[in-house]
Amino acid sequence: MTNLTDVAVVGFAQAPNVRRTHGTTNGVEMLVPIFAQAFERTGLSKQDIGFWCSGSSDYLAGRAFSFVAAVDAIGAFPPIHESHVEMDAAWALYEAWLKIRMGEVDTALVYGFGKSSAGELRRVLALQLDPYVTAPLWPDSIAVAGLQARLGLDAGLWSEKDLAEVAIRSRADAAANPYAQVSGHAEVSELLDAPFVADPLRAHDIAPVTDGAAVIVLASVERARDLVERPAVIAGIDHRVDSPALGSRDLTRSASAEAAGRAAGAGSAGPVEVAELHAPFTHQELILREALGLGEGVRINPSGGALTGNPMFSAGLARIGEAATRILDGDARRALGHATSGPALQQNLVAVLERG
Amino acid sequence: MGKRLAAVLGTGQTHHRAKRTDVSMPGLLREAVDRAMADAQVDWPDIDVVVLGKAPDMFEGVMMPELFLADALGANGKPLLRVHTAGSVGGSTALIATGLVQAGVHRRVLTVAFEKQSESNAMWALSITPPFHMPVGAGAGGYFAPHVRSYLRRSGAPEHVGAIVAAKDRRNGALNPYAHLRQPDITVESVRASQMLWDPIRYDETCPSSDGACAMVLGDEAAGDAVPGGAAWIHATSMRTEPTTFAGRDQVNPQAGRDAAAALWREAGITDPLSQVDAAEIYVPFSWFEPMWLENLGFAPEGEGWKLTEAGETALGGRLPVNPSGGVLSTNPIGASGMLRFSEAAKQVMGRAGDYQVDGARIALGHAYGGGSQYFAMWVVGAGKPHTPS
Amino acid sequence: MIAAGSETPLSAPLDVGFDYTRSVGPVLGRFVNALRERRIVGIRGSDGRVHVPPVEYDPVTARALTEFVDVADEGTVVSWSWAAEPLAGQPLERPFAWALIRLDGADTALLHALDAGSAANVHTGMRVRARWSDEPVGHIRDIAWFVAADAPPDPAPTPPPPPVAEREDGEPVGTIITPIHLRYQHSASPEESRYLRGLAEGRLIGQRCPACRKVYIPPRGACPTDGVPTAEEIELPDTGIVTTFCIVNVPFLGQRIKPPYVAAYILLDGADIAFLHLVLGCAAEEVRMGMRVRAAWRPCEEWSTTLENITHFAPTGEPDAPYENFAHHL
Repeated sequence: MTNLTDVAVVGFAQAPNVRRTHGTTNGVEMLVPIFAQAFERTGLSKQDIGFWCSGSSDYLAGRAFSFVAAVDAIGAFPPIHESHVEMDAAWALYEAWLKIRMGEVDTALVYGFGKSSAGELRRVLALQLDPYVTAPLWPDSIAVAGLQARLGLDAGLWSEKDLAEVAIRSRADAAANPYAQVSGHAEVSELLDAPFVADPLRAHDIAPVTDGAAVIVLASVERARDLVERPAVIAGIDHRVDSPALGSRDLTRSASAEAAGRAAGAGSAGPVEVAELHAPFTHQELILREALGLGEGVRINPSGGALTGNPMFSAGLARIGEAATRILDGDARRALGHATSGPALQQNLVAVLERG
Repeated sequence: MGKRLAAVLGTGQTHHRAKRTDVSMPGLLREAVDRAMADAQVDWPDIDVVVLGKAPDMFEGVMMPELFLADALGANGKPLLRVHTAGSVGGSTALIATGLVQAGVHRRVLTVAFEKQSESNAMWALSITPPFHMPVGAGAGGYFAPHVRSYLRRSGAPEHVGAIVAAKDRRNGALNPYAHLRQPDITVESVRASQMLWDPIRYDETCPSSDGACAMVLGDEAAGDAVPGGAAWIHATSMRTEPTTFAGRDQVNPQAGRDAAAALWREAGITDPLSQVDAAEIYVPFSWFEPMWLENLGFAPEGEGWKLTEAGETALGGRLPVNPSGGVLSTNPIGASGMLRFSEAAKQVMGRAGDYQVDGARIALGHAYGGGSQYFAMWVVGAGKPHTPS
Repeated sequence: MIAAGSETPLSAPLDVGFDYTRSVGPVLGRFVNALRERRIVGIRGSDGRVHVPPVEYDPVTARALTEFVDVADEGTVVSWSWAAEPLAGQPLERPFAWALIRLDGADTALLHALDAGSAANVHTGMRVRARWSDEPVGHIRDIAWFVAADAPPDPAPTPPPPPVAEREDGEPVGTIITPIHLRYQHSASPEESRYLRGLAEGRLIGQRCPACRKVYIPPRGACPTDGVPTAEEIELPDTGIVTTFCIVNVPFLGQRIKPPYVAAYILLDGADIAFLHLVLGCAAEEVRMGMRVRAAWRPCEEWSTTLENITHFAPTGEPDAPYENFAHHL
């Protein structure tokens, strides 16, 4: 049996998280500059990339094959080895990880993009629900998250104050993140005085609507050492899905995040110092911390997290990028990146990164 | 390289029809999945991961349908991936599933691709014209027909070759109990007498719109070794992409396809594809794409693919039977069409192709393409393990 | 159509809508046909739980499920959230609650709307019952919404039912219709906007890629071979050649011209890339590869930011371009 290659994150770049861009829904305007940044940070050029993989959604753009034009941003001739997932680009990273792991290539570039502002995001996301007896009622993404939040409130698993504290910490941290969309200082009392958007959820509980894009460069560990001083080696990565039936699974916990975290080694080989969790709602951060066994000592979302900028289809990838950045910058030795997809945390991916 | 061996353990597909109104989407998928799992002699606990592919979500009006299909796919608590690479998606989905085994991550993978075109109207979904864009009003064939004309001009192929392909594939489809169109009595003459839709493409030279699904169970070396009668061993895989349009792009013989084929043959250790490949399942949605892809894939020199077709070499019993299952011209559930090519190639080398079995097939090609002839995915499967595990 | 400020990229609404036809199969078919009779059926899972709405395949074992169980149209709120400003397509146009409701006899909860007037009237554990539609058709919307179990009868009519698929008299519902209508704001790239604004003035503006020097029309946010925006503007003439074409003989949904007509790739003089347009002004069978053509413009008062300002291209009568001159554009 042949040996498998270890893989590391060597570069990350992201577009500013903004409420609305003037760009096209194929992401080209956001991708061209961040590809250039990723190349600059790694010293690579497009000819050096062995495999390309992206994540995006036609329904975000409002037309079929919207991802096809995005390859223009690469300059994909001569032809490239490339693939696409209709998922958050964190899953594209998983696919790229496989390609390096099996030794087929030794570098890969992963990107995700989405212009959420083109449509009415919370309504578009209703189309992720069962199409026969649920989606025809158009339950929007905030309504569904509200049902999940209330279950935890009723069960005493969290309080409205707990949720506000998640928002306060996220916004305060985002003040140091030049890419964040929302940031600033707030007090619990002030947040809890605000009206409900969708009782039990207030504005601070809900990630903003964000246009954005992100890119990660991966390399085999051997190659990575030539490119950067402190590669963020992927010690473990896994992803799992839960049943789509909202009324039959326990929405106050995330079995899929728990299983993915366990398989990725989140709880073994020493605790992580930093975790970037893709939690588009405050209560979801609490569910994820529980599922991933992240105790008080773990620094959660130093970037501010998805509550301060949630670019659909790249926000999960950006969490892995942010976690990797702590290692690339020498600020941490072991970090966790998480991505979610689907209503009420249905699908979850966990990557554990270590200083190589 | 560190790739581990991977094999096809079993395949399954639905009966394909224009409208499978007897089933829901979960039911359609399970028809293919249950057959693949029975063919592979595996049960749900044996499946480690599920990889699903399909073309645009707007065809069915469900955003990321793998999410709502998780129960039906037995995926709860497991990893579930969703691939979308335009028309090549059925092929690239199979390749990503293969990668999960080759990278040593999983032992057994269920991969499935589907399209339920009757939920909407593919022509509608594909012709949504954004503001500022001028709808030329050419329709589906209108995109590809000009490139077929270019091929005719370049190669000097006689006009009846397209009809030969169409008659052959539809007659092959009549041997396939799952095919959508089954036309045992079709002839070159009847194809040529059918209506000219997008000159130079006639009605009988175009693919149907189908509801259908295809599934495969892939496994590692130990799982492959255990397959009674022998698994289909994956000898080589490749994918390439180029932009839809660019200055000087060769739209008849795209570089991405040539590069993908070159990489494929190299990995498979094949130096003379025409002699060394026993059967080919090639994505041919319009008849003329058979000779075009024969050239693009390197089975024939540029401009001479049509000679193989005209000489009958691509028919069952010829030197290189192409689309013995009937191909896309007989069955076209868009998102599944590529995986059907891959699985039909596997069936040939497993000796499970029934009435359209190519005698003694040991090496077969599965091929898919999509977008504006810009996404390519292909594999070579063999009855035996690759000689030099790469 | 044109956004404010000449350098702001153009954007305009894009409506995407289709009434999807969903065949329901045997399990969901049983559910929707029962709804038509104002009954609710669930299905027993492998672990004995009764799922409402029924699932075709067990969430734990993935086995096909077949044992149907009748449940009540009354139940208990398991969780809820308040919809203060209902969105298009939702069951009620006035504020309402989304609720997970466990019907009596069921073990799982159904997601539906609860008409309660105000959030103050809703609580977890409250008892609710279905408000049946006045005109059930075999669709989840046959339950118009839920109301408090002790609410007085509401004489107001329920909303009209969704569209219904055609079927033989006496046959059960096999297909439901789900209208999906979405509204987007579509934006052109800055480069394409320059070109579109040029069209509004009757000009054809291409741009040259700074890396490969090829002239693109329309210009590109990223040159597809170099990945950098095209930049240097080149005004192109409205003459060129047909590189290749097809004759459209087939009628189809949304067609604007009566067949036969020619859809052709037009390579403008000075451009390095062809685009698809119509060739009219001669019999379809007279169109040739290499034929010289010129744009036929609409009257200038009809011009806007679209290539539709050119209705078609027509032959100029000049000699055809030799094949060698355009063979590399095919």
